[in-house]
Amino acid sequence: MIYFDNSATTKPYPEVIESFMKVSSDYFGNPSSLHGLGVQAEKLLSAARKQIADLLKVKGSEIYFTSGGTEGNNLAIKGAAQYRNNRGKHIITTAIEHPSVEDACQSLTKSGFEITILPVNEYGQIDMTDLKEALREDTILVSIMHVNNEVGSIQPIADIGKILERYPHVLFHVDNVQGAGKVPLSLREANIDLCTFSGHKIHGLKGTGFLYIREGVQIDPLFHGGNQETQIRSGTENVAGIVALSKAFRISMNNQLLYHDKLEQIKTYLYKGLLETEGVLVNSPEEGAPHILNFSVPLLKSEVLLHALESDGIIVSTTSACSSKKRSVSKTVDAMFRDQARSESVIRISTAYGNELEEAKRVLAAIRKIVANLEKIMRVAK
Amino acid sequence: MKFDHIIIRYGEISTKKRNRKGFVDKMKAHIRWSLKDIEGVVLTANRERMYVLLNGVDHKPVIERLKGIFGIQSLSPAIKIERDLEVMKTAALYYLNQTSEEVSTFKITTKRADKDFPYNTDEINRALGGHLLRNTENVTVDVKNPDLNLLVEVRREAVYLTGEIIQGAGGLPFGSSGKAMLMLSGGIDSPVAGFLSMKRGLDVEAIHFYSPPFTSERSRQKVIDLAGKLAEINGSMKVHIVPFTEIQLLIQKQIPENYSMTTTRRLMMRVADKIREKEEAMALITGESLGQVASQTMSSMFAINEVTNTPILRPLITMDKTEIIKIARELDTFEISNLPYEDCCTVFTPASPKTKPKREKVNYYESFVDFDSLIEKAVSETEILTIKPGQTFDKEEAMEDLF
Repeated sequence: MIYFDNSATTKPYPEVIESFMKVSSDYFGNPSSLHGLGVQAEKLLSAARKQIADLLKVKGSEIYFTSGGTEGNNLAIKGAAQYRNNRGKHIITTAIEHPSVEDACQSLTKSGFEITILPVNEYGQIDMTDLKEALREDTILVSIMHVNNEVGSIQPIADIGKILERYPHVLFHVDNVQGAGKVPLSLREANIDLCTFSGHKIHGLKGTGFLYIREGVQIDPLFHGGNQETQIRSGTENVAGIVALSKAFRISMNNQLLYHDKLEQIKTYLYKGLLETEGVLVNSPEEGAPHILNFSVPLLKSEVLLHALESDGIIVSTTSACSSKKRSVSKTVDAMFRDQARSESVIRISTAYGNELEEAKRVLAAIRKIVANLEKIMRVAK
Repeated sequence: MKFDHIIIRYGEISTKKRNRKGFVDKMKAHIRWSLKDIEGVVLTANRERMYVLLNGVDHKPVIERLKGIFGIQSLSPAIKIERDLEVMKTAALYYLNQTSEEVSTFKITTKRADKDFPYNTDEINRALGGHLLRNTENVTVDVKNPDLNLLVEVRREAVYLTGEIIQGAGGLPFGSSGKAMLMLSGGIDSPVAGFLSMKRGLDVEAIHFYSPPFTSERSRQKVIDLAGKLAEINGSMKVHIVPFTEIQLLIQKQIPENYSMTTTRRLMMRVADKIREKEEAMALITGESLGQVASQTMSSMFAINEVTNTPILRPLITMDKTEIIKIARELDTFEISNLPYEDCCTVFTPASPKTKPKREKVNYYESFVDFDSLIEKAVSETEILTIKPGQTFDKEEAMEDLF
């Protein structure tokens, strides 16, 4: 099997699973308990927190563990909006955010918030002048993703942070679920106030993640209860998952240094190969993230190509979570090109450091064969 | 454009005369140690200054580390460039743009050691100043009190640019004042006292009184975490953990309640002094602040201090709690200290301890009890840990594999 769907989820590293099992069985205490078993669990928790903070060059007290990307984004956006709703009720975001950002923002319109959605160009990037023009006296939050999950476009987060530096009343939230361990980002230099991370996208386990909240930034919690995570996220900590997450993050950051070029090489190979393939339109920008490559075959429905590749042992994604009854449209590709046939026939390839160029060669050959064969017999997508 | 070297100014050491070399050597050793994993940098020193030659290494991380080293008054990064007016202009603009603090006014001071250089100082000043004004926004010249005095030195072999003055940590080089023992409770004050002592060149080891089951393992962990913070200054910190339960139980049994606190402090002092002797240190350090609590009134200190004639350093004695908290926050120890666990100072505290204990009385009460053998026992059973920066586990190495 060739697994090229690493942006959906990654296979946990074996060492990560080992840590999870060991902590689950040997150190199962509740970190809030006063007895020794609890103290041990708490030590593990703070060591994990410290390791993650060190890798990001921030403080341990700025890391808040969550259940993953969706919770992190919801906590950042709703928590910030609720805490600051006396200051203003305007939020800026982009047209290509993950649903957990988009819908969290939309949900706030019920309590009187106004949302400005910035468009993107054909490279999947926002325009800085749009952002500057959108900023208002009552803007309290700007939420912009680092690496897009569908096409891999990278937003100029550091430049955005520079602009927002002059707006101290505006919080800057970055969804870094897809960028973590793949595209470098300095939280401090980019002036980020809130940043979301997910464990299972970096070879950790599902149900783990963390939100970076810059020192001094205050938000309301989503969950109330035992006041864990300095009252920001109540609920008994998933110690085993968190320890596993810190290990996965360390290994991923390490691999980023070691194998970044290999990933870039695979992407360039596929990018060039797909550009030259008749009937295929490449949607990802050339300068995008090294692990995501998105393309369309406008004459084929995405699902058809996905299943055809699957029967060849190649796992990719259609970038859509919609049910088969609904017509699946890629929001990002639509925002970039405004072409319905193109955004309905999207396939996403997403790699990880374990993938090899040989696999990419097989995948490209398979895509070419299938596209050539199927185009002859398939009915044209409307 | 790359930075060539960093200038280090000594500050207070420069007032020393014949023993200056000792101070400089200590500081040199400490700087070498803190830069040891940055390959390529070379440290040279003369009587007035030290220079870190970067040899192509990025200057920022080097400066970050130097900023934490005691004995350094200030730092300035310097650029080395070829003797060409255009290059000098570019370099001047680069220097202005990279400063860590926002610069809104500047002046240029040129020194021309090489008089053969085709431009004189005035011409250089004007050429560079004009270039900076043209290429920046909201930056003006102020020759009297500029934010940045850009020094340009034209020498025969090259041109040097410097001027940004970055404040160092001040104080005296690590270890230049000898060794002292810090009574580290886990509260807010004692780590600050430790830090300030280290700033004055002391090599500090910590002593913690541990009374299981009356104090939890968490309070012990708190002390390890605090020591881990202090260890960032010089690489490691020794922590002596004294088993204190037996002594405390005996005090509860034998000393009248309102004097139990005074006696407890006196015994802590005696134990600490014994450990100090063993470790060949010359002072005890406490986080006491005059009048803060019952044990820190003048009368209490008079009664407690009677048990030893070892110097007791009290760096915080005149500080208010708010001032102490401010330093603790800067040190990042505040949050650790503020965790609510019972420690050696809070457990067994009587409801109304004497704020004006008398020496005669406490000596009278203590005269009926034999503490000496218990003191010996506590000292001999003291556990010694060496804590590395940021270390969280004291001995359970098995846990390290999990990360």
